[in-house]
Amino acid sequence: MSTQSHVDGNVLGGMLIEMFGAEMTDRRGCCGECGAMNTMGAMHVYVDAPGDVMRCPACQAVLMVLTRIESVVRVNMAHMAWIEVAVE
Amino acid sequence: MVGTAVSRRLTWIVAEVVGLIDETATARSIVLHCPGWVGHVAGQHVDIRLTAEDGYQAQRSYSIAAPADGEKVVITVELVDGGEVSPYLIEDLIVGDRIEVRGPIGGYFVWEPGRGGPLQLLGGGSGVVPLMAMLRARVEVGSDISVRYLSSARSPDRILYRAELERLGREARDVDVLHTLTREHPDGWPGLTRRVDAEMLEDHAFGAGEEPLCFVCGPTPFVEAVATALVALGHRPDRVKTERFGPTGG
Amino acid sequence: MALISRGFRRRDRVDAPAERVPPGQYVTADFPVLSAGPTPLVRLEDWDFTVTTVDGAERSWSWDEMRALPSESFTVDIHCVTKWSKLDTTWEGVSVDTLLADLGDPGTFVMARSHGGYTTNLPTADVTGGKAWVAFGYDGAPLAAEHGGPARLLVPHLYFWKSAKWVSGLQFSNSDRPGFWESYGYHDYGDPWLEQRYQGD
Repeated sequence: MSTQSHVDGNVLGGMLIEMFGAEMTDRRGCCGECGAMNTMGAMHVYVDAPGDVMRCPACQAVLMVLTRIESVVRVNMAHMAWIEVAVE
Repeated sequence: MVGTAVSRRLTWIVAEVVGLIDETATARSIVLHCPGWVGHVAGQHVDIRLTAEDGYQAQRSYSIAAPADGEKVVITVELVDGGEVSPYLIEDLIVGDRIEVRGPIGGYFVWEPGRGGPLQLLGGGSGVVPLMAMLRARVEVGSDISVRYLSSARSPDRILYRAELERLGREARDVDVLHTLTREHPDGWPGLTRRVDAEMLEDHAFGAGEEPLCFVCGPTPFVEAVATALVALGHRPDRVKTERFGPTGG
Repeated sequence: MALISRGFRRRDRVDAPAERVPPGQYVTADFPVLSAGPTPLVRLEDWDFTVTTVDGAERSWSWDEMRALPSESFTVDIHCVTKWSKLDTTWEGVSVDTLLADLGDPGTFVMARSHGGYTTNLPTADVTGGKAWVAFGYDGAPLAAEHGGPARLLVPHLYFWKSAKWVSGLQFSNSDRPGFWESYGYHDYGDPWLEQRYQGD
Protein backbone atom coordinates (compact mmCIF):
# COMPACT_ATOMS: atom_id res chain seq x y z
CA MET A 1 0.00 0.00 0.00
CA SER A 2 1.39 3.36 -0.92
CA THR A 3 0.92 6.87 0.34
CA GLN A 4 1.10 10.22 -1.43
CA SER A 5 4.83 9.76 -1.72
CA HIS A 6 5.13 8.95 -5.41
CA VAL A 7 4.47 10.76 -8.64
CA ASP A 8 5.19 9.41 -12.11
CA GLY A 9 7.61 9.55 -14.99
CA ASN A 10 6.01 12.69 -16.39
CA VAL A 11 7.98 14.67 -13.80
CA LEU A 12 11.23 13.30 -15.27
CA GLY A 13 10.18 14.30 -18.77
CA GLY A 14 12.76 17.07 -19.07
CA MET A 15 15.60 14.97 -17.69
CA LEU A 16 14.71 12.10 -20.02
CA ILE A 17 14.88 14.43 -23.03
CA GLU A 18 18.30 15.55 -21.83
CA MET A 19 19.43 11.95 -21.55
CA PHE A 20 18.02 10.58 -24.79
CA GLY A 21 17.67 13.64 -26.99
CA ALA A 22 14.03 12.89 -27.62
CA GLU A 23 10.69 12.81 -25.85
CA MET A 24 10.59 9.65 -23.74
CA THR A 25 7.42 9.73 -21.64
CA ASP A 26 5.51 7.92 -24.37
CA ARG A 27 8.28 5.34 -24.84
CA ARG A 28 8.01 1.96 -23.19
CA GLY A 29 10.33 0.49 -20.62
CA CYS A 30 10.40 -3.11 -19.44
CA CYS A 31 10.97 -4.16 -15.85
CA GLY A 32 13.90 -6.51 -15.48
CA GLU A 33 12.32 -8.15 -12.45
CA CYS A 34 8.74 -8.93 -13.46
CA GLY A 35 8.65 -8.14 -17.17
CA ALA A 36 5.88 -5.54 -16.91
CA MET A 37 5.98 -2.98 -19.72
CA ASN A 38 4.87 0.58 -19.13
CA THR A 39 5.43 3.90 -20.82
CA MET A 40 8.02 5.95 -19.00
CA GLY A 41 5.33 8.50 -18.14
CA ALA A 42 3.41 5.84 -16.23
CA MET A 43 6.31 4.55 -14.14
CA HIS A 44 6.15 5.41 -10.45
CA VAL A 45 8.74 8.00 -9.42
CA TYR A 46 9.92 9.07 -5.97
CA VAL A 47 11.42 12.53 -6.06
CA ASP A 48 11.79 13.29 -2.35
CA ALA A 49 15.04 11.46 -1.77
CA PRO A 50 18.80 11.85 -2.21
CA GLY A 51 18.10 10.80 -5.80
CA ASP A 52 15.11 10.30 -8.09
CA VAL A 53 13.94 6.69 -8.01
CA MET A 54 11.79 5.19 -10.77
CA ARG A 55 9.97 1.99 -9.81
CA CYS A 56 7.91 -0.56 -11.69
CA PRO A 57 4.22 0.10 -11.04
CA ALA A 58 3.57 -3.65 -10.92
CA CYS A 59 6.31 -4.98 -8.65
CA GLN A 60 8.06 -1.87 -7.23
CA ALA A 61 11.47 -2.96 -8.55
CA VAL A 62 13.89 -0.07 -8.88
CA LEU A 63 14.25 0.57 -12.62
CA MET A 64 16.17 3.84 -12.72
CA VAL A 65 17.97 5.98 -10.17
CA LEU A 66 19.17 9.50 -10.95
CA THR A 67 21.71 10.86 -8.50
CA ARG A 68 23.08 14.37 -8.87
CA ILE A 69 26.75 14.22 -7.90
CA GLU A 70 28.33 17.66 -8.11
CA SER A 71 27.87 18.74 -11.73
CA VAL A 72 26.90 15.39 -13.22
CA VAL A 73 23.88 13.17 -12.94
CA ARG A 74 24.65 9.51 -12.49
CA VAL A 75 22.03 7.32 -14.15
CA ASN A 76 21.61 3.76 -12.93
CA MET A 77 19.32 1.47 -14.93
CA ALA A 78 20.55 -1.85 -13.59
CA HIS A 79 17.10 -3.45 -13.31
CA MET A 80 15.51 -1.95 -16.43
CA ALA A 81 15.44 -4.73 -18.99
CA TRP A 82 15.04 -2.38 -21.93
CA ILE A 83 13.75 1.00 -23.07
CA GLU A 84 12.49 1.95 -26.52
CA VAL A 85 13.77 5.13 -28.11
CA ALA A 86 12.24 6.83 -31.14
CA VAL A 87 14.44 7.10 -34.20
CA GLU A 88 13.77 9.19 -37.27
CA MET B 1 1.23 18.62 -36.12
CA VAL B 2 3.86 19.45 -33.54
CA GLY B 3 5.95 16.35 -33.18
CA THR B 4 6.68 15.08 -29.73
CA ALA B 5 9.25 12.56 -30.81
CA VAL B 6 11.54 14.95 -32.65
CA SER B 7 15.14 14.72 -31.63
CA ARG B 8 16.23 17.97 -30.06
CA ARG B 9 18.16 19.59 -27.30
CA LEU B 10 16.09 20.89 -24.41
CA THR B 11 17.59 24.16 -23.30
CA TRP B 12 16.70 26.64 -20.62
CA ILE B 13 15.42 29.91 -22.04
CA VAL B 14 14.75 33.16 -20.23
CA ALA B 15 11.04 33.90 -20.31
CA GLU B 16 9.44 37.18 -19.36
CA VAL B 17 6.27 37.43 -17.32
CA VAL B 18 3.87 39.42 -19.46
CA GLY B 19 0.60 38.73 -17.69
CA LEU B 20 -0.81 37.56 -14.38
CA ILE B 21 -4.37 36.36 -13.87
CA ASP B 22 -5.81 35.59 -10.44
CA GLU B 23 -7.80 32.41 -10.96
CA THR B 24 -8.81 31.83 -7.34
CA ALA B 25 -7.62 33.03 -3.94
CA THR B 26 -4.93 30.36 -4.07
CA ALA B 27 -4.12 30.03 -7.77
CA ARG B 28 -2.73 32.27 -10.45
CA SER B 29 -2.14 31.94 -14.15
CA ILE B 30 1.12 33.29 -15.44
CA VAL B 31 1.51 34.38 -19.05
CA LEU B 32 5.08 33.91 -20.19
CA HIS B 33 6.71 35.25 -23.31
CA CYS B 34 9.06 32.47 -24.41
CA PRO B 35 11.39 33.59 -27.20
CA GLY B 36 11.77 30.97 -29.88
CA TRP B 37 8.81 28.90 -28.70
CA VAL B 38 7.94 26.33 -31.39
CA GLY B 39 4.50 25.48 -30.07
CA HIS B 40 3.13 22.72 -27.89
CA VAL B 41 0.42 20.13 -27.56
CA ALA B 42 -2.28 20.09 -24.87
CA GLY B 43 -1.12 18.15 -21.83
CA GLN B 44 2.53 19.10 -22.13
CA HIS B 45 4.31 20.96 -19.37
CA VAL B 46 7.25 23.25 -18.83
CA ASP B 47 9.99 23.08 -16.23
CA ILE B 48 10.61 26.30 -14.30
CA ARG B 49 13.93 26.92 -12.59
CA LEU B 50 14.51 29.54 -9.92
CA THR B 51 17.94 30.50 -8.61
CA ALA B 52 18.51 32.37 -5.36
CA GLU B 53 21.39 34.81 -4.89
CA ASP B 54 23.29 32.23 -2.85
CA GLY B 55 23.11 29.82 -5.77
CA TYR B 56 20.34 27.64 -4.34
CA GLN B 57 18.15 26.31 -7.16
CA ALA B 58 14.66 24.94 -7.20
CA GLN B 59 12.97 23.38 -10.19
CA ARG B 60 9.31 22.49 -10.69
CA SER B 61 7.09 21.35 -13.55
CA TYR B 62 3.85 23.15 -14.44
CA SER B 63 1.29 22.10 -17.01
CA ILE B 64 0.58 24.49 -19.84
CA ALA B 65 -2.99 25.69 -19.49
CA ALA B 66 -3.87 26.95 -22.96
CA PRO B 67 -3.18 26.31 -26.65
CA ALA B 68 -0.09 27.72 -28.28
CA ASP B 69 -0.37 31.43 -29.10
CA GLY B 70 2.82 32.44 -30.86
CA GLU B 71 5.48 32.78 -28.17
CA LYS B 72 2.96 33.14 -25.32
CA VAL B 73 2.75 30.23 -22.90
CA VAL B 74 0.27 30.20 -20.01
CA ILE B 75 0.72 28.09 -16.89
CA THR B 76 -1.55 27.92 -13.85
CA VAL B 77 0.06 27.56 -10.43
CA GLU B 78 -1.80 26.50 -7.29
CA LEU B 79 -0.43 27.40 -3.87
CA VAL B 80 1.02 24.41 -2.08
CA ASP B 81 0.93 24.64 1.73
CA GLY B 82 4.47 24.97 2.97
CA GLY B 83 5.73 25.04 -0.59
CA GLU B 84 8.78 26.91 -1.71
CA VAL B 85 8.24 27.73 -5.37
CA SER B 86 4.47 28.18 -5.58
CA PRO B 87 4.39 30.98 -2.95
CA TYR B 88 7.06 32.81 -4.93
CA LEU B 89 5.22 32.44 -8.23
CA ILE B 90 1.85 33.39 -6.76
CA GLU B 91 2.77 36.07 -4.22
CA ASP B 92 6.09 37.58 -5.30
CA LEU B 93 6.29 37.40 -9.09
CA ILE B 94 5.39 40.58 -10.98
CA VAL B 95 4.98 41.47 -14.63
CA GLY B 96 8.39 42.10 -16.10
CA ASP B 97 10.14 39.46 -13.99
CA ARG B 98 12.20 36.93 -15.90
CA ILE B 99 12.39 33.23 -15.10
CA GLU B 100 14.10 30.25 -16.67
CA VAL B 101 11.82 27.89 -18.55
CA ARG B 102 12.35 24.80 -20.67
CA GLY B 103 9.88 22.87 -22.73
CA PRO B 104 7.51 21.78 -24.00
CA ILE B 105 7.85 18.41 -22.31
CA GLY B 106 5.57 15.43 -22.54
CA GLY B 107 4.48 12.82 -25.04
CA TYR B 108 2.41 10.42 -22.99
CA PHE B 109 -0.12 12.63 -21.22
CA VAL B 110 -1.04 14.64 -24.32
CA TRP B 111 -4.08 15.01 -26.56
CA GLU B 112 -4.75 16.64 -29.90
CA PRO B 113 -8.06 16.58 -31.75
CA GLY B 114 -6.50 14.32 -34.37
CA ARG B 115 -6.23 11.57 -31.74
CA GLY B 116 -10.01 11.30 -31.61
CA GLY B 117 -12.39 10.76 -28.77
CA PRO B 118 -14.72 10.84 -27.02
CA LEU B 119 -12.64 12.60 -24.40
CA GLN B 120 -13.07 11.92 -20.69
CA LEU B 121 -11.20 14.39 -18.51
CA LEU B 122 -10.93 13.78 -14.75
CA GLY B 123 -8.97 16.20 -12.59
CA GLY B 124 -8.35 16.64 -8.88
CA GLY B 125 -7.41 20.09 -7.63
CA SER B 126 -4.79 21.66 -9.88
CA GLY B 127 -4.74 18.43 -11.88
CA VAL B 128 -7.33 20.10 -14.06
CA VAL B 129 -4.74 22.41 -15.63
CA PRO B 130 -3.56 20.08 -18.45
CA LEU B 131 -7.14 18.91 -18.90
CA MET B 132 -8.27 22.51 -19.41
CA ALA B 133 -5.55 22.82 -22.04
CA MET B 134 -7.09 19.81 -23.80
CA LEU B 135 -10.60 21.23 -23.56
CA ARG B 136 -9.44 24.65 -24.78
CA ALA B 137 -7.67 22.98 -27.70
CA ARG B 138 -10.83 21.08 -28.63
CA VAL B 139 -12.87 24.28 -28.53
CA GLU B 140 -10.30 26.37 -30.39
CA VAL B 141 -10.23 24.15 -33.45
CA GLY B 142 -14.00 23.75 -33.46
CA SER B 143 -13.78 19.99 -33.13
CA ASP B 144 -17.01 18.08 -32.56
CA ILE B 145 -15.43 15.47 -30.32
CA SER B 146 -17.58 14.83 -27.25
CA VAL B 147 -15.96 15.89 -23.99
CA ARG B 148 -16.93 15.17 -20.41
CA TYR B 149 -14.95 17.17 -17.87
CA LEU B 150 -15.21 16.14 -14.23
CA SER B 151 -13.28 18.07 -11.62
CA SER B 152 -12.88 17.40 -7.94
CA ALA B 153 -12.17 20.35 -5.64
CA ARG B 154 -12.30 20.96 -1.93
CA SER B 155 -14.76 23.86 -2.13
CA PRO B 156 -16.41 26.04 -4.79
CA ASP B 157 -13.91 28.86 -4.41
CA ARG B 158 -11.11 26.50 -5.37
CA ILE B 159 -12.59 25.40 -8.68
CA LEU B 160 -10.24 26.57 -11.43
CA TYR B 161 -11.62 28.20 -14.58
CA ARG B 162 -15.15 27.95 -13.18
CA ALA B 163 -16.72 30.80 -15.17
CA GLU B 164 -15.18 29.71 -18.45
CA LEU B 165 -16.24 26.10 -17.86
CA GLU B 166 -19.77 27.20 -17.10
CA ARG B 167 -19.91 29.11 -20.38
CA LEU B 168 -18.43 26.22 -22.37
CA GLY B 169 -20.81 23.76 -20.80
CA ARG B 170 -23.71 25.98 -21.81
CA GLU B 171 -22.59 27.12 -25.24
CA ALA B 172 -20.43 24.40 -26.75
CA ARG B 173 -22.05 21.35 -28.22
CA ASP B 174 -21.12 18.03 -26.65
CA VAL B 175 -19.13 19.54 -23.79
CA ASP B 176 -20.36 18.44 -20.37
CA VAL B 177 -18.86 19.91 -17.23
CA LEU B 178 -19.41 18.53 -13.74
CA HIS B 179 -17.78 19.47 -10.45
CA THR B 180 -17.70 17.50 -7.26
CA LEU B 181 -16.75 19.07 -3.94
CA THR B 182 -15.04 17.04 -1.28
CA ARG B 183 -14.92 19.26 1.82
CA GLU B 184 -17.38 22.12 1.75
CA HIS B 185 -20.39 22.94 -0.33
CA PRO B 186 -22.96 25.70 -0.15
CA ASP B 187 -26.65 25.06 0.23
CA GLY B 188 -28.26 24.39 -3.08
CA TRP B 189 -24.99 23.29 -4.72
CA PRO B 190 -26.07 21.84 -8.07
CA GLY B 191 -23.08 19.55 -8.53
CA LEU B 192 -21.83 16.52 -6.65
CA THR B 193 -20.49 16.44 -3.12
CA ARG B 194 -18.11 13.56 -2.50
CA ARG B 195 -14.81 12.08 -3.69
CA VAL B 196 -14.90 10.60 -7.16
CA ASP B 197 -15.85 6.93 -6.91
CA ALA B 198 -16.93 4.10 -9.19
CA GLU B 199 -20.61 4.94 -8.84
CA MET B 200 -19.98 8.55 -9.87
CA LEU B 201 -18.03 7.37 -12.89
CA GLU B 202 -20.77 4.92 -13.83
CA ASP B 203 -23.33 7.70 -13.62
CA HIS B 204 -21.42 10.51 -15.27
CA ALA B 205 -18.41 9.33 -17.27
CA PHE B 206 -18.48 7.80 -20.73
CA GLY B 207 -19.08 4.06 -20.52
CA ALA B 208 -16.33 1.64 -21.42
CA GLY B 209 -18.30 0.66 -24.52
CA GLU B 210 -17.92 4.19 -25.89
CA GLU B 211 -14.14 3.69 -25.77
CA PRO B 212 -13.22 7.16 -24.60
CA LEU B 213 -9.70 8.44 -24.21
CA CYS B 214 -9.45 9.06 -20.46
CA PHE B 215 -7.03 11.52 -18.92
CA VAL B 216 -6.72 11.49 -15.12
CA CYS B 217 -4.59 14.10 -13.37
CA GLY B 218 -4.12 15.30 -9.83
CA PRO B 219 -2.64 14.21 -6.51
CA THR B 220 -1.50 10.60 -6.47
CA PRO B 221 -4.31 9.19 -4.28
CA PHE B 222 -6.90 10.78 -6.61
CA VAL B 223 -5.23 9.39 -9.71
CA GLU B 224 -4.80 5.91 -8.24
CA ALA B 225 -8.44 5.73 -7.11
CA VAL B 226 -9.91 7.06 -10.36
CA ALA B 227 -7.67 5.13 -12.76
CA THR B 228 -8.29 1.91 -10.85
CA ALA B 229 -12.03 2.51 -10.91
CA LEU B 230 -12.02 3.19 -14.66
CA VAL B 231 -10.21 -0.03 -15.42
CA ALA B 232 -12.53 -1.94 -13.06
CA LEU B 233 -15.45 -0.50 -15.05
CA GLY B 234 -14.00 -2.02 -18.20
CA HIS B 235 -12.00 0.78 -19.75
CA ARG B 236 -8.90 -0.51 -21.52
CA PRO B 237 -5.78 0.42 -19.55
CA ASP B 238 -4.08 1.78 -22.65
CA ARG B 239 -6.93 4.27 -23.02
CA VAL B 240 -6.52 5.58 -19.46
CA LYS B 241 -3.63 7.99 -19.16
CA THR B 242 -2.45 9.39 -15.87
CA GLU B 243 -0.39 12.23 -14.52
CA ARG B 244 0.35 12.40 -10.82
CA PHE B 245 1.15 15.65 -9.09
CA GLY B 246 2.80 15.44 -5.69
CA PRO B 247 2.49 17.74 -2.73
CA THR B 248 6.09 18.59 -3.46
CA GLY B 249 5.11 20.11 -6.77
CA GLY B 250 4.99 23.51 -5.13
CA MET C 1 25.55 31.14 -14.73
CA ALA C 2 21.82 30.68 -14.26
CA LEU C 3 19.55 33.69 -14.11
CA ILE C 4 19.01 34.93 -10.57
CA SER C 5 15.30 35.08 -9.77
CA ARG C 6 14.52 38.40 -8.14
CA GLY C 7 13.71 37.91 -4.47
CA PHE C 8 13.70 34.11 -4.53
CA ARG C 9 15.20 32.34 -1.54
CA ARG C 10 14.95 29.08 0.35
CA ARG C 11 11.94 29.32 2.65
CA ASP C 12 12.32 26.86 5.43
CA ARG C 13 15.66 27.78 6.95
CA VAL C 14 16.07 28.99 10.53
CA ASP C 15 19.05 30.55 12.23
CA ALA C 16 21.35 28.36 14.32
CA PRO C 17 24.77 28.60 15.96
CA ALA C 18 27.37 27.98 13.28
CA GLU C 19 29.28 25.41 15.31
CA ARG C 20 26.24 23.10 15.23
CA VAL C 21 25.83 23.22 11.47
CA PRO C 22 28.05 20.95 9.35
CA PRO C 23 29.51 22.39 6.14
CA GLY C 24 27.00 22.91 3.34
CA GLN C 25 23.96 22.38 5.57
CA TYR C 26 21.09 24.69 6.53
CA VAL C 27 18.87 24.32 9.57
CA THR C 28 15.15 23.74 9.26
CA ALA C 29 12.31 23.59 11.73
CA ASP C 30 10.47 21.19 9.44
CA PHE C 31 10.99 17.45 9.35
CA PRO C 32 11.09 16.66 5.61
CA VAL C 33 9.93 13.23 4.56
CA LEU C 34 12.31 11.60 2.11
CA SER C 35 11.61 8.22 0.62
CA ALA C 36 12.96 6.01 -2.14
CA GLY C 37 9.86 3.87 -2.30
CA PRO C 38 6.40 3.14 -0.94
CA THR C 39 5.92 3.45 2.81
CA PRO C 40 5.74 -0.06 4.20
CA LEU C 41 2.87 -0.57 6.60
CA VAL C 42 4.09 -3.00 9.23
CA ARG C 43 1.70 -4.19 11.91
CA LEU C 44 3.15 -4.45 15.36
CA GLU C 45 1.97 -8.05 15.71
CA ASP C 46 4.02 -8.91 12.62
CA TRP C 47 7.06 -6.79 13.51
CA ASP C 48 10.33 -8.37 14.44
CA PHE C 49 13.97 -7.34 14.52
CA THR C 50 16.82 -9.76 13.84
CA VAL C 51 20.52 -9.40 14.47
CA THR C 52 22.74 -11.84 12.56
CA THR C 53 26.44 -12.08 13.40
CA VAL C 54 29.22 -13.02 11.01
CA ASP C 55 29.28 -16.50 12.61
CA GLY C 56 25.61 -16.99 11.76
CA ALA C 57 24.33 -16.52 15.29
CA GLU C 58 20.88 -14.92 15.30
CA ARG C 59 18.84 -13.07 17.88
CA SER C 60 15.31 -11.87 17.22
CA TRP C 61 12.88 -9.72 19.14
CA SER C 62 9.17 -9.30 18.67
CA TRP C 63 7.68 -5.86 19.23
CA ASP C 64 6.73 -6.68 22.80
CA GLU C 65 10.18 -8.13 23.48
CA MET C 66 11.88 -5.05 22.04
CA ARG C 67 9.70 -2.75 24.12
CA ALA C 68 10.53 -4.74 27.24
CA LEU C 69 14.24 -3.96 26.83
CA PRO C 70 15.71 -0.96 28.64
CA SER C 71 15.17 2.12 26.46
CA GLU C 72 16.26 5.69 26.70
CA SER C 73 15.13 9.13 25.69
CA PHE C 74 17.73 11.25 23.99
CA THR C 75 18.15 14.49 22.07
CA VAL C 76 20.34 14.70 18.99
CA ASP C 77 20.94 16.79 15.89
CA ILE C 78 20.29 15.11 12.54
CA HIS C 79 21.85 15.96 9.18
CA CYS C 80 20.45 14.90 5.81
CA VAL C 81 22.65 14.67 2.74
CA THR C 82 20.06 16.76 0.88
CA LYS C 83 21.41 19.61 3.01
CA TRP C 84 18.84 20.10 5.75
CA SER C 85 19.78 19.74 9.39
CA LYS C 86 17.38 19.59 12.30
CA LEU C 87 18.67 20.38 15.76
CA ASP C 88 17.57 19.09 19.15
CA THR C 89 15.35 16.28 17.93
CA THR C 90 14.04 14.07 20.72
CA TRP C 91 13.71 10.33 20.41
CA GLU C 92 13.05 7.21 22.40
CA GLY C 93 14.69 3.91 21.58
CA VAL C 94 16.80 0.93 22.52
CA SER C 95 20.55 1.33 22.23
CA VAL C 96 22.11 -1.03 19.68
CA ASP C 97 24.64 -1.87 22.41
CA THR C 98 21.75 -3.44 24.34
CA LEU C 99 20.83 -5.59 21.33
CA LEU C 100 24.42 -6.78 20.85
CA ALA C 101 25.11 -7.34 24.55
CA ASP C 102 25.35 -11.15 24.58
CA LEU C 103 26.68 -11.64 21.08
CA GLY C 104 30.39 -11.14 21.52
CA ASP C 105 32.11 -9.69 18.48
CA PRO C 106 29.45 -9.68 15.75
CA GLY C 107 31.72 -8.65 12.85
CA THR C 108 33.41 -5.47 11.66
CA PHE C 109 30.72 -4.16 9.31
CA VAL C 110 26.96 -4.18 9.35
CA MET C 111 24.20 -3.90 6.78
CA ALA C 112 21.00 -2.45 8.16
CA ARG C 113 17.99 -3.95 6.39
CA SER C 114 14.49 -2.51 6.16
CA HIS C 115 11.01 -3.58 5.24
CA GLY C 116 10.59 -2.60 1.59
CA GLY C 117 14.14 -3.58 0.69
CA TYR C 118 16.18 -0.53 1.73
CA THR C 119 19.70 -1.20 2.97
CA THR C 120 22.59 0.87 4.26
CA ASN C 121 26.10 -0.16 5.34
CA LEU C 122 28.07 1.01 8.36
CA PRO C 123 31.17 0.02 10.35
CA THR C 124 30.20 -1.83 13.53
CA ALA C 125 32.18 0.76 15.48
CA ASP C 126 29.64 3.37 14.36
CA VAL C 127 26.59 1.57 15.72
CA THR C 128 28.13 0.71 19.09
CA GLY C 129 29.50 2.68 22.04
CA GLY C 130 26.27 4.61 22.49
CA LYS C 131 26.20 5.91 18.92
CA ALA C 132 23.10 4.18 17.60
CA TRP C 133 19.59 3.15 18.56
CA VAL C 134 16.56 1.35 17.28
CA ALA C 135 14.16 4.26 17.74
CA PHE C 136 10.39 3.89 18.08
CA GLY C 137 9.46 7.27 19.52
CA TYR C 138 9.92 10.77 18.14
CA ASP C 139 8.98 14.03 19.82
CA GLY C 140 7.03 12.30 22.56
CA ALA C 141 4.86 10.15 20.30
CA PRO C 142 5.15 6.82 18.49
CA LEU C 143 7.29 7.18 15.38
CA ALA C 144 5.03 7.88 12.38
CA ALA C 145 5.19 5.50 9.42
CA GLU C 146 6.34 8.27 7.08
CA HIS C 147 9.35 8.84 9.32
CA GLY C 148 10.19 5.17 9.57
CA GLY C 149 7.80 3.78 12.16
CA PRO C 150 7.22 1.38 13.87
CA ALA C 151 11.00 1.64 14.33
CA ARG C 152 13.99 2.99 12.52
CA LEU C 153 17.72 2.82 13.03
CA LEU C 154 19.10 6.07 14.38
CA VAL C 155 22.77 6.91 13.82
CA PRO C 156 22.84 10.69 14.20
CA HIS C 157 26.59 11.25 13.84
CA LEU C 158 26.38 10.18 10.17
CA TYR C 159 24.21 11.52 7.34
CA PHE C 160 20.62 10.60 7.96
CA TRP C 161 20.32 8.12 5.08
CA LYS C 162 22.26 5.79 7.37
CA SER C 163 19.37 5.93 9.86
CA ALA C 164 17.39 3.29 8.01
CA LYS C 165 13.63 3.72 8.21
CA TRP C 166 11.42 0.68 8.83
CA VAL C 167 14.45 -1.22 10.04
CA SER C 168 13.99 -4.98 10.32
CA GLY C 169 17.46 -6.12 11.24
CA LEU C 170 21.22 -5.79 11.33
CA GLN C 171 23.33 -8.23 9.37
CA PHE C 172 27.00 -8.26 10.34
CA SER C 173 29.92 -9.32 8.18
CA ASN C 174 33.65 -8.76 7.88
CA SER C 175 33.45 -6.93 4.58
CA ASP C 176 31.96 -3.55 3.75
CA ARG C 177 29.45 -3.80 0.92
CA PRO C 178 27.42 -0.82 -0.31
CA GLY C 179 23.78 -0.47 0.60
CA PHE C 180 21.08 1.26 -1.44
CA TRP C 181 22.27 4.88 -1.71
CA GLU C 182 25.90 3.85 -1.42
CA SER C 183 25.56 1.76 -4.56
CA TYR C 184 24.03 4.74 -6.36
CA GLY C 185 26.99 7.00 -5.64
CA TYR C 186 26.72 8.06 -2.03
CA HIS C 187 29.61 7.75 0.40
CA ASP C 188 30.24 4.48 2.25
CA TYR C 189 30.82 6.26 5.56
CA GLY C 190 29.01 9.62 5.39
CA ASP C 191 30.48 11.93 8.04
CA PRO C 192 28.63 15.27 7.75
CA TRP C 193 31.48 17.16 9.40
CA LEU C 194 33.84 16.02 6.64
CA GLU C 195 31.08 16.54 4.08
CA GLN C 196 31.34 12.95 2.88
CA ARG C 197 28.29 12.99 0.64
CA TYR C 198 29.46 11.03 -2.42
CA GLN C 199 31.86 8.17 -3.12
CA GLY C 200 35.32 9.59 -3.31
CA ASP C 201 34.64 12.64 -1.16
